[in-house]
Amino acid sequence: MNKKLKSYTTQTYIAYALIAPAALYIILIVAWPLLETIRLSFTNSSLAGEDYVGLENYQKMFSSKKFNGIVTRTFVWMFFSVSLKLIIGLIGAVLLNANLKGRSIFRVLVMPPWVVPIAIGMLGWLWLYNGYFGIIAGVGMRTGILDGPFGFLAYKQSAFISTIIADVWVGTPMVTVFFLAAMQGVPRDLYEAAYCDGASRWDRFFKITLPQITPVIITMSLLSAIWTFNSFEIIWILTEGGPRGSTTTLIIDTYKQALGNYKFGRGAARAVVVMILLMLFAGFYLALLARINKKISHE
Amino acid sequence: MNKYNPFEKILIYFGIFVFMTFILLPFVEMFYASLRPLDHLFRSPYQFYSDDLSFWAYQEMWNTVPMLGRYIFNSFFLASCVAILTLIFVIPAAYAYARFKFPAKNTSLYILLAINMFSGAVILIPLYKLLRTLGLLNSYQSMIIPGVAFLIPTAIWLLKSYFEKIPIDLEEAAFVDGASRVQILRHIIAPLSTPGLVVVGIYAFIGAYAQQFLFAITFNQKKEYMPIPTGLYEFIGYQSVKWNEMMAAALVGMLPVLLLFVFLQKYIVEGLTAGAVKN
Repeated sequence: MNKKLKSYTTQTYIAYALIAPAALYIILIVAWPLLETIRLSFTNSSLAGEDYVGLENYQKMFSSKKFNGIVTRTFVWMFFSVSLKLIIGLIGAVLLNANLKGRSIFRVLVMPPWVVPIAIGMLGWLWLYNGYFGIIAGVGMRTGILDGPFGFLAYKQSAFISTIIADVWVGTPMVTVFFLAAMQGVPRDLYEAAYCDGASRWDRFFKITLPQITPVIITMSLLSAIWTFNSFEIIWILTEGGPRGSTTTLIIDTYKQALGNYKFGRGAARAVVVMILLMLFAGFYLALLARINKKISHE
Repeated sequence: MNKYNPFEKILIYFGIFVFMTFILLPFVEMFYASLRPLDHLFRSPYQFYSDDLSFWAYQEMWNTVPMLGRYIFNSFFLASCVAILTLIFVIPAAYAYARFKFPAKNTSLYILLAINMFSGAVILIPLYKLLRTLGLLNSYQSMIIPGVAFLIPTAIWLLKSYFEKIPIDLEEAAFVDGASRVQILRHIIAPLSTPGLVVVGIYAFIGAYAQQFLFAITFNQKKEYMPIPTGLYEFIGYQSVKWNEMMAAALVGMLPVLLLFVFLQKYIVEGLTAGAVKN
């Protein structure tokens, strides 16, 4: 008994010693900055120095109409982007799950938008969206839908939609790949039994595939909500939050306040709002994961 | 059961075609633009056909942006440093998570997952001030240090699952035979976990290559340390954008990660989906 106890504690010490470097690194580069951000949000910190100002940053922020608009816009932007990613991803996964020639090639070909650095991929989209010379405007003009050059990123509504489409392009491959992996994990005998009972392809999808992959669909919706909320580079490169703020989301606004104007205090207050929202998402996600894991281990 | 009639086949292939067009159009268009002369690109409305396609832009781009080679090198260098540092921090930690039982094990694993959900943008302000105090702004380190932090969590999860696949019996047998911990590590764990280490290393490399932009525009203003995602913007000149050369350079810049990924996609996707879907 005594010996066992001793070996258990040495094991614990070894484990902690092995984890310590990674843990300290994360504490220094992620955890401390998070706490420091909260502290800074109560100051008027800038390159010149800082003074404690209490809740001033928050009062100004929440009473500004612009900020409230940004919050609403962020959620609208997110809603459309996440829903499109899930719908297109699901359709894509169903198509690539079909037992046809060439599907293994297509499965690799979906992935480039996910792997390629976003900042480089967005150059392609800048060219596609070009109002005079881009292919989208070109097709529009030739088919008569557009009656002249049209800068997709130059008008409020079209810029809003264009940034969503580019974001969907970046996010869809990953959703597709995860859905595909889940579909392939569905036990084959379920389909065989249903087939013997005369269930149509349609029935098999809605009564077997969909319920079986629901946990993955839910996890992916939360995960892509988090990533979409965090999406910075896409909007920054395509529009920098413009025209006239029409694509400024919370993340973009935080960045602009903090590092565009070097108003660290105001930026930090926005970062705290972002942080709180992210913690809510993360809490949901982890609670869900714990529930799914419990279910799996019970089975 | 899995037979399709011709009509269904056509329908599915058509669906795949539409889906793939959405995914691949930007790449195809980038490649096409890189082959066309600039005056063909500057025609409105868009011309679908050019007769003198050439790889001229791929030569000329090095003259238009003389530092291009340096930017590509920087990207490689930064991503390699980040990948190696990530591995150094992650190997012992992942081994501990795979092999030992200790208090707060699961809680800390979930905290790692949660860290993954914070974007760099939230902590940029303190990091900026920290790097400024340390005198590290405008240096390679300013992009490497935050880069590593954001790759550690996923890398631990990935590598942990590889370590868990190595049967513990092997280690126990060696231990009973009187092998020391160091010997076990050298002769059993190291050779068996090499494939896992390679996959995690490449995952970290691709991740580091992809995340350079935010840290580069925030912490570095010096041209000589710029990675390719920011360096590409130099093709946007005062008067006009050399689209064909910019697209050529963009494709060259994304090629390394694409190649790595194509060769190893199976292992990376397996690891990632297993981590997030099933745990």
